[in-house]
This record gives sequence, C-alpha cells and structure tokens, in this order.
Amino acid sequence: MIRLGRHGVALAGVLVIVGSAVLAALAPALAPADPIRNDLLSRLTPPMWMDGGSGRHPLGTDTLGRDVVSRLLYGARVSLLVGFAAVLVAGAVGVALGLVAGYYGGRLDDLLMRVGDVQLAFPVLVLAIAVLSVLGASLGNVIVVLGVTGWVTYARIARAETLSLRQRDFVEGARALGARDGAILWRHILPNVLPPITVVATFSVARTIIAEASLSFLGLGIPPPAPSWGAMLDEGRNYLTTGWWLALFPGLAILLLVLGINLVGDWLRDALDPRVERGM
Amino acid sequence: MARFLARRLIHAVFVVWGVVTVVFFILRLTGDPAAFLVDQTATREEIAHARHLLGLDRPLYAQYLDFITSVPRGDFGLSIQQRRPALPIVLEHLWPATAELALAAIVLATVLAIPLGVVAATHRNGALDHLSRLGSLFLQSMPSFWLGLMLILVFAVALGGLLPAFGSGSLRHLILPALTLAAAPLAQNVRLIRSGLLEVLQQDYVRTARAKGLAERGVVYRHALRNAAGPFLTVTGLSLGFMLSGTLVIETVFSWPGLGRLMVQAVPGRDFPVIQAAVVVFAVLFVAVNLIVDVVHGLVDPRARVA
Repeated sequence: MIRLGRHGVALAGVLVIVGSAVLAALAPALAPADPIRNDLLSRLTPPMWMDGGSGRHPLGTDTLGRDVVSRLLYGARVSLLVGFAAVLVAGAVGVALGLVAGYYGGRLDDLLMRVGDVQLAFPVLVLAIAVLSVLGASLGNVIVVLGVTGWVTYARIARAETLSLRQRDFVEGARALGARDGAILWRHILPNVLPPITVVATFSVARTIIAEASLSFLGLGIPPPAPSWGAMLDEGRNYLTTGWWLALFPGLAILLLVLGINLVGDWLRDALDPRVERGM
Repeated sequence: MARFLARRLIHAVFVVWGVVTVVFFILRLTGDPAAFLVDQTATREEIAHARHLLGLDRPLYAQYLDFITSVPRGDFGLSIQQRRPALPIVLEHLWPATAELALAAIVLATVLAIPLGVVAATHRNGALDHLSRLGSLFLQSMPSFWLGLMLILVFAVALGGLLPAFGSGSLRHLILPALTLAAAPLAQNVRLIRSGLLEVLQQDYVRTARAKGLAERGVVYRHALRNAAGPFLTVTGLSLGFMLSGTLVIETVFSWPGLGRLMVQAVPGRDFPVIQAAVVVFAVLFVAVNLIVDVVHGLVDPRARVA
C-alpha cells in the first residue's frame, strides 16, 4: 500500500511540474490580461469571490491594476527557466570537473576539491548578491550566478563515484581493449554517475527556484516590470492589510511547484539509490 | 588529536584566504572597480582621482597584495554611504541583531526538533510519523520570506497585532523572525534525528539497555539520542550556511536591523566596501562554525578525526 501511495504521490508531483510547464508555455493564450499593462482605475481589485471582485480578474489586481493571474502565468516561465537552466549549468560544469578529478586524481584533483571548499564557504545568496550587484540584475546573469555557485555538489558526487568505478573490472576491461580515457569516461563511467546526480539535480531545481524568488524579492532578480513570483511578493509585502492576495498567491504558486519537484525527487531517490532506507 | 586540530586549522585558514581572493576578484568582474567605489554622482575626473587614490591604477598583483594584507587588519575601506570604515559597520549589525536572531533560530530548530524527531522515530510509519514527514516537506518547499509574510498576515494583521510585524528591541519582536528562520532547518533536523535514531535503535547496545530493563524513554534519550548526535551536529553546522542566506531575506521582511539587511541595502547604494566586508564576515562565520563543529565532533567521536 505504501509503495502504491508513493508512486501516486510522485505522479502528483510530475503532474504539477508538467502542468506548470504547460501553463507557462500557453501563458499568452491563457492570460486574461497583459501581465505588464497598468490599469490604475482598477488597482487593488480583490479576487472574484470577494466583495468588489470581478470575473475579469479572477485573483484580483495589484497596486498598479495589473492582473494577478496573468502575472502568475508569466512568472511561471521565469521560475521554470531559471530553475532548470541554472541546474543544467551547474550539473554540466560539476560533473565534468568531478569526472576528471576522480579519474586522474593527483594535483588537479586536490586543486578542484580545495576550490570547492572555498566555494562552499559562501552562503549561496550572499555570493549571488555580491556578484549581481557588480554585474547587474538580469535573467541571464541570475542563471549564470545560480548555475556557477552550484557546481560543487555535482563535482563531489561525480568524483566519489568515479573513484570507486575506475578500478572496476568493466573499466579495466575497456582500458585493456584500448579505449581512450575520454571514451571510458563518457561511455562507461558517466552512465553510472548519472543516477545519483539526477536525484541531487532534482532537489536543486527546487532550491534554485526558491533562490531565484529570493533574489527577485530582494530586487536582484529579473528586473521589473517583467513578472516573477519573487518580485510579486516583494510588491505585495507592503500591502498586507489592504491586498493580502498579493502576498498569498505568488507564494502558493512557489510552494506548489517546489513541493511537486521535491516529491519527484523523493521518489527518484528511492528508485535510483537503493542504499537509502525506504520510507525516509 | 593535535594533528587533527592543526590540519583543520590550516584548512580553515586556506579557505578564508580563498574567500578573500574571490571577493577581490568579484569587484573586478566588470573591469573597472573604481566605478563601484565612489559616489554614483561622481564626474569622470573624480573617478580618475579616486582610482589614483585607491591605487587602482597600479598593476593587478600590487592591488591584490594590498587587499590581502589590509583585510587581516580589518581594513575594507570607507563605506560610501556612511563615510566611515566598513568593517565596524558590518560588525555592529552582526552583533547583537543578527547573532540574536540566528541563535534564537538555532535553539528553536534544535530544541523543537528533538522531541518531534523522537516521536516520529518511535511511531515509525504511524500517523504521527506521516504527519511529521508531510510537515517537513511543506516547510522545506516554501520560501522562508513567504512564510514570514504569512506569519505577519496571521499574527500581526488578522489577529490584530498579537505580535509585532517588524522592528526589534523586545522578545516579542524576536518571535516571528526567529520562527521563520528556524522553519527550514527544523524540518530538516526532525527528519535527521528520526533517521539517525532508527539506525541507532537497531544497535546491540540499545538491545542491551533494553534487556537490562531500562525504560524505553531512558533507552531513547540516554543511549540512542547521544549516539545519533554526531551527524546531527555536522548538519547543524552546514545548515548555518542556509541560515546565513536566510537572514538576508528574513531580516528584510521583518526590518530586522542586522547584517543581512545591511548587505541588501548596500546594493542599491553600491556601497561596495560594506558589501565586501559583509561577504567576508559571512564566509568567515561559516568557516569558523564548521571548524568548531568538526573539532567538537572529533572530541566526542574519535572516528571523526580521520576525515
């Protein structure tokens, strides 16, 4: 029963992720209004089921009269794009460095691991803010910064797996048959490194989405007026008494998406990593 | 033990050196640090003058040597906004405001996690265990600043000002920000204590303790919990990193006059000496806490000294 339940929960997670992606992709068709068009006459309209609400703005409008649903739909694009792109950058860089470090060992390995120690000494947001305050806030910069700061975990896992794999019979066999290092790493080691990496990557997509929301909340993410869930929360936090929906709905959107990703991550961990106790 | 200590200490010093080096280069990512170190209204001549005054027209290695020798003396230059040394400003915000908040959060996240984790472990796969699993999942899936906003919405707005929404100075002001900061580490700690306990509870010495007739409560709290503490300690050290990141947003939400908010507010004013000092202080704190955790772990458990 528990196994069935776990599959069901993971399926719900997949549905949330796919659903968000579809909604984000179809945002132009689905959004009831232009997400960045001001309409000061209908500013702070409450959600449609409340007094003063209107069917034209199902979840109300913000302080500039912009439609909340539309901004949420377009905001999903930012969250998903940053979340997946940054993790892709971090994963690619980290796995490549980890494979090389683990396979060749020696000075290069020492150097990379020490650089990793330095990287880990920076709290992620602290480093991201420092770098973004120099480079300026933009979609590309946010992806690069969150991507580059995330490489260490992947490098460490890839290195550890490679270390244990490089002496194994199938690798020795490939080497004996004259395979070159690049081919061994690519064809024999990488496929075995990927399962644990996938688990970690899934959880980091969730964390990166929260990090992007935090940066946007602090005004260092995607520049306004482009809709991002974190920026919407920043705009809403000064109107908690008069427009509570501005602070509620973008947060719920983040919670739902991140929860969905974490559920899939839990399931992947159980499925791909047999060492982890089931039911944790 | 002495060798272990020495090795860990050298490593920590190395990491701090790396941190300072990274901070030096961050400012040079765009090529012209002078633009960040003077007032935004400065004219081209003033920038050139400042560049000369700050030694930025000298070769890069000379500037680096200069930086790497002034930082240990606590010299990060003058704050652009306040026109006084940056480091004292940073330290004034770290102590007491941020220290108070972080300590309160660590205490909350630990003190609440122990009974919750024990209950989850002793009721394994029961309703309480599932509830704690669900709770942890939710707390770890929401941005902390949003949790803070929702707490304000409930306790300060809906309940008519039961707790203050922002500011500092009294214990009542501390409650909401500390809870917010503690939420994610608490969720993680509960799961950690649970899995640690489950592992330990299968050990022989636990069976022995039970066999000699010790009450279950004594078995769990006296024997098992103590042995499950090692990994818990290590993770608490690491989770401080997340907590330091958390202070940036949570202090902003609650207008808490700490280091996180100082750093965030320094960005629009491009107060780079303050930003640099704050980054170094954050990183040094993180390294120091993890060093202490490692050493304590090594004292408690000799097996940890090899790593």
